[in-house]
Amino acid sequence: MENNHSTVVVFPDGAVAEIEKKIIEAFEVFDQGGDKTVSIRDIGSIVRSLGCFPTEAELHELLANIEKEEPTGYIHLEKFLPVMTKVLLDRSYRPIPEDVLLHAFEALDENKCGYITKEELVKYMTGEGEPFTEEEMEDMLSTALDPETNTLHYRDYILKLIVE
Amino acid sequence: MGCRSSVADRRSEKVIRAAILIQNWYRLTMARLEMRRRYSLSIFQSIEYADEQDQLQLSDFFTFMLERCTPPDSVSHTFTSPGVSQVVDEGFNIQEFENKICVPDSYYGPRLSFPLTVEHANALLHAFRNEQLLHARYVLQLLCETKKVLKEMPNITHLSTSYSKEITVCGDLHGNLDDLLLIFYKNGLPSEQNCYVFNGDFVDRGKNSMEIIIILFAFLLIYPNYLHLNRGNHEDYILNLRYGFTKEVSKKYKDHGNQILCLLRDVFSWLPLATIIDSKVLILHGGISDTTDLDFLNALERSKLKSLMRPPKSLRDRQDQVKERIPPTRSTKHMATRNVAGKARRLSSSGSAEPSGSNVPPEPTPKEWKQILDILWSDPRSQNGCTPNKARGGGCYFGPDVTAELFRRYNLKLLIRSHEFKPEGYEISHNGKVITIFSASNYYEEGSNRGAYIKLNPELIPRFVQYQVSKYTLRHSLRDRVGSIESTALKFLREKICAHRSELTSAFAQYDPEGSGRISVNDWAAAMESVLQLNLPWRILRSQLALLSPDGKVDCISCFGDLEIAQPVKEVQPALAETLCRYRKDLEIIFNIIDKDQSGLISLEEFGQTWKLFTSHLGIVHSESLDKLVLSMDYNKDGYIDFNEFLEAFHVVHRLQKKADS
Repeated sequence: MENNHSTVVVFPDGAVAEIEKKIIEAFEVFDQGGDKTVSIRDIGSIVRSLGCFPTEAELHELLANIEKEEPTGYIHLEKFLPVMTKVLLDRSYRPIPEDVLLHAFEALDENKCGYITKEELVKYMTGEGEPFTEEEMEDMLSTALDPETNTLHYRDYILKLIVE
Repeated sequence: MGCRSSVADRRSEKVIRAAILIQNWYRLTMARLEMRRRYSLSIFQSIEYADEQDQLQLSDFFTFMLERCTPPDSVSHTFTSPGVSQVVDEGFNIQEFENKICVPDSYYGPRLSFPLTVEHANALLHAFRNEQLLHARYVLQLLCETKKVLKEMPNITHLSTSYSKEITVCGDLHGNLDDLLLIFYKNGLPSEQNCYVFNGDFVDRGKNSMEIIIILFAFLLIYPNYLHLNRGNHEDYILNLRYGFTKEVSKKYKDHGNQILCLLRDVFSWLPLATIIDSKVLILHGGISDTTDLDFLNALERSKLKSLMRPPKSLRDRQDQVKERIPPTRSTKHMATRNVAGKARRLSSSGSAEPSGSNVPPEPTPKEWKQILDILWSDPRSQNGCTPNKARGGGCYFGPDVTAELFRRYNLKLLIRSHEFKPEGYEISHNGKVITIFSASNYYEEGSNRGAYIKLNPELIPRFVQYQVSKYTLRHSLRDRVGSIESTALKFLREKICAHRSELTSAFAQYDPEGSGRISVNDWAAAMESVLQLNLPWRILRSQLALLSPDGKVDCISCFGDLEIAQPVKEVQPALAETLCRYRKDLEIIFNIIDKDQSGLISLEEFGQTWKLFTSHLGIVHSESLDKLVLSMDYNKDGYIDFNEFLEAFHVVHRLQKKADS
């Protein structure tokens, strides 16, 4: 296992430029005013839609890297681009494979019955980890629960999540 | 240490990690959904603006066709030169309509008598909820009276909150009757206790523009001090030709449509330009520019500007001279030279389409035209400065500094405007100084956006009320809604792609000298942007629009995958078919102008002539003549073709959809 070893990775010509263009495109989708800034609240969506999988904590770290001064609530493309380019080149925050997601649900399903009740789901999602906001919880409930039994059958739900 | 507690610890650690993972996945899918939602709205908006720009280019041509096709002394015709509206003005009043137009006993709709009362307004609301039409005579009388009342109003109305508790400001409605009814339901009907300002764009796009106009004008007549209307850029007869209002009126009022449209053209030009509340809050439809002069605006004769799509004659002549010297820089698909239009005008003047003498009202001066164009078409932006509004082709982009300067000059505190679609129905910009209010929910598609209105209290603090009309009683999930918006947006985009196939193919070829049929994603994105002239996230959209070859390049042919233009005749060259497809809607307008008796037929000769003029106006050259194609459309061999059938043939067919439907 190599650490503290500076490795030089060489990228083919134009690969960095390609990545930068991708980042700029995604950024501009969220740039309402056309002035190359986005709201801090949208950074998460931008990073994730570029294929990365940071936790909220990792996102905060990333933001701290981007905006070292007093936060204004807005992030400028100039600051975002180099940090995000490095993220993509380093392949940080790679998505966790689906079977790991399955294990996660199984970990919450103490009785191993293949589903989680609404109460349990709310308890875990709003009480543990990086808690959901009320809005997030409501939305998950509306799409994940089986309306008749008020339970979440996680195998089916995972399939839904992945297709998207 | 107790084993049990460490087991518990390990379990809770596991739970925490599991929870984080699940939350993370959820947030990932939500982010993707948000991206899809935003780019879909982006697609709608950029196609809409590109289209508006095209209209500005074509408005010259439309006006030319209008002048050429309607004889000046025919009062009953839709649009003759401005002078004729004067004749309509003097010759008609409500009594005349009473005498000339009979309302049959079989008509069960609302019957109006003047002066209007609240009972009439309620009858109208009730009728429109039940999809009834107001009889043409009452429409004409209503428009007549409205014009009289509007004429007495200044260009800029001054209101005070001391007379009413709160003032409600609504934005674009665009023919969405459901939204207006919802607003009245939530907020109450206009009255002395309930003051409203409607900030323009009442018509076009939606299917109940006429009903909205009737309701608003009726309340205007009943409560002239408590219902205020500002003119929007769509209160303009040339835009109405293209965006649906003219068609709606012609369909709903077959016999009197022309008269109604003629009167409407006048009424629109008499709508006030702006409203100011307590001398502090300025309300107007579009925005401002760095030259906006409220005193000048207040003093000019606003009715001179029937349509903003036509610059005043002096500017047009100057433009002609300039453009004849400068070679076109844009791609030929956008009409670059005005040579044809200039020639056409000379033709029309020799045919004396414009009457001389005192009947012709004065033309607006360039300054007057620009001042009104700016307040009806401009958009706020975050960058400082004032630059021409390239997306729309008219008005400008104004920055926070322009707003600040205007506020300083006129001692204002807030600017309320509309004109721009907003997903939440409203948006605040320029550090709280500018509010955009948009009241047409589901504007692009079911689920695309909310509408909103502002409640302004006597302290002039705004409060926003949002709503969304929903056809479905079941609450659709966000996923479903985004899915349907996205598929509609992509469908429109694919149609644009198909209609530009030839141009795109040659653009791709430039990046592919060996003819492999594959180009890099970068080159593909560049080609798409330059041909379609749409500022969209092409790399993000790529997966929806084209396939990749195994070496990671874009397979060019796959862009056109399941699309084809339906064609009546197989021998038609693709380029010709594409032009017909692209300009279908505009050709429809032109043919309808030519077709004076609304028969749906046009002679082969006229068709050919019009087509020639149209294509040279656009700077398009087709090596193949249209004659063969047109002859094949003449099913009866009687020298006439059914142009609706003809145009219908040139629409984009989504083959996969066809397969799915069959």
